[in-house]
Amino acid sequence: MPQGHADFRELERANRRQTKLLVVVFLVLFCALGFGLDILVGALRIVDGRLVGFPFLTIAALIIGSIQALFSYYGGAALVLMSAHARALMPDSPKHQVVLDVVREMALAARMPVPRAYVIADPAPNAFATGRDPAHSVICVTQGLIDEMDREELQGVIGHEMAHIRDYDIRTMMMIAVLVGGVAMLADFVLRWSFYGGFGGRDRSESGEGGGEAGAIIAILVFVLAILAPLFSQLIAMAVSREREYLADASSVEFTRNPRALLRALEHIAQTESPLSNASRGIAHLFIVNPLEGAGESGEGFFDNLLSTHPPLPRRIARLHAILGEPVILPASGAAHS
Amino acid sequence: MGGWVILTVLVLIALYFVFAYNSLVRLRNEVDNSWRQIDVQLKRRHDLIPNLVEAVKGYMQFERDTLTQVVEARSRAIAAPTQGARVEAENQLTAGLGRLLAVMENYPQLKSDQNVLQLQEQLTTTENQLAFARQAYNDVVLQLNTRVETFPTNIVANNFGFKAADYFKAAPEEQALPKVDLSLSAPSAPAQRQ
Repeated sequence: MPQGHADFRELERANRRQTKLLVVVFLVLFCALGFGLDILVGALRIVDGRLVGFPFLTIAALIIGSIQALFSYYGGAALVLMSAHARALMPDSPKHQVVLDVVREMALAARMPVPRAYVIADPAPNAFATGRDPAHSVICVTQGLIDEMDREELQGVIGHEMAHIRDYDIRTMMMIAVLVGGVAMLADFVLRWSFYGGFGGRDRSESGEGGGEAGAIIAILVFVLAILAPLFSQLIAMAVSREREYLADASSVEFTRNPRALLRALEHIAQTESPLSNASRGIAHLFIVNPLEGAGESGEGFFDNLLSTHPPLPRRIARLHAILGEPVILPASGAAHS
Repeated sequence: MGGWVILTVLVLIALYFVFAYNSLVRLRNEVDNSWRQIDVQLKRRHDLIPNLVEAVKGYMQFERDTLTQVVEARSRAIAAPTQGARVEAENQLTAGLGRLLAVMENYPQLKSDQNVLQLQEQLTTTENQLAFARQAYNDVVLQLNTRVETFPTNIVANNFGFKAADYFKAAPEEQALPKVDLSLSAPSAPAQRQ
């Protein structure tokens, strides 16, 4: 029995910790910007060292961000399913039967209800999962995935998608999207107000000790945050997305107890990768492999990685090799250090 | 003032007990459900085997022994009087089916028979689902046992009669056989419970 596969639990724990940390940092950033802005407009005041008042701009940003995220969520995945003419996967061929069986097998291993299976007629091998909770979930595969992968590889890929559903990754990324939208809204508001000179001239006599000076410092801090926050929020959101991808890889191993399943699938995809025709930016994170990149342009550069929804394929493959206790062979051209 | 603190602490402890008790109940129910899943798969393969044997018999006259072993193990599993005998018969059936599915690879003419192919897939997925059902069972037993044995949930567990469950052990003869890569996860490592 391969001795390394107990390590997937360690990986899962580490990934979950990372995600929580990133989300906390994000919330702190959001609140700093939001409350700072509310203080400047007078919705919040510092009295006797405590915050008093109602942070209505922060709340408004949350609400608007939520509405935006809901639209892009329901629009996104449903739109892909519709626009790509995704159809329910039927057992009309032996291979299709195998795929349906593999979905059932992975659902058993994951102790989840069986998701509905859909197929898109796209030759690029890829798959995505969507759904607000395990009881209302869908796994969609491309025809390319069905044709190219054997049973073992299918288990790896579908296990990975099943993990996204089990770990509520769709919901997590929606929450992140809310914060990203909220930060964008707040930053926009700050910059508009300063443009119109809006922060001077307010009645500061109620703002307690410190008066105008504290107000000026806060104004500067908020302004700086407003400029940096949108970029930071994108970086954090992408970092969270990448952590969840690593987590889904580890969970796939948890389900199959066979690291080679996903490993072979990813190596196979790395050789045949081509951009998916129907993916949009908003739902890129739902796919198992970044659908917006072709094999030739999997940028290994530092900045490419920071803004990518998925970790670079070579690194994901290397982690799976590590679980198996095998030596890691990096591609010759890769500048990546693992 | 001190009275309120004590009251709050007591309420918190009571809430914790409720939470711990509910989580133990949930886990125990999951264990029962996982066990039933195994049962479902076992029954399913009992139903599939006669059709498969019938379909391949004509092609595999030289594999009489293999076929007979499968058929007999199945009968023993269905008629087993005790749980122990049943588990043993099912393990032997798993071994026999593994051999049969492997041997079928040597008969390329089987691949042209649609009926056989369909049955083969059904049996393969049933064996896989059985392996995953056992794996799921062991996973959730691990969770339950950890809760039952670790402090402080063990206090709740002991007071309300929750006991550690037994893992589903692989039979020794199953592990000795050459691995046929059709059911894709090995039997889970047995944790010895006495």
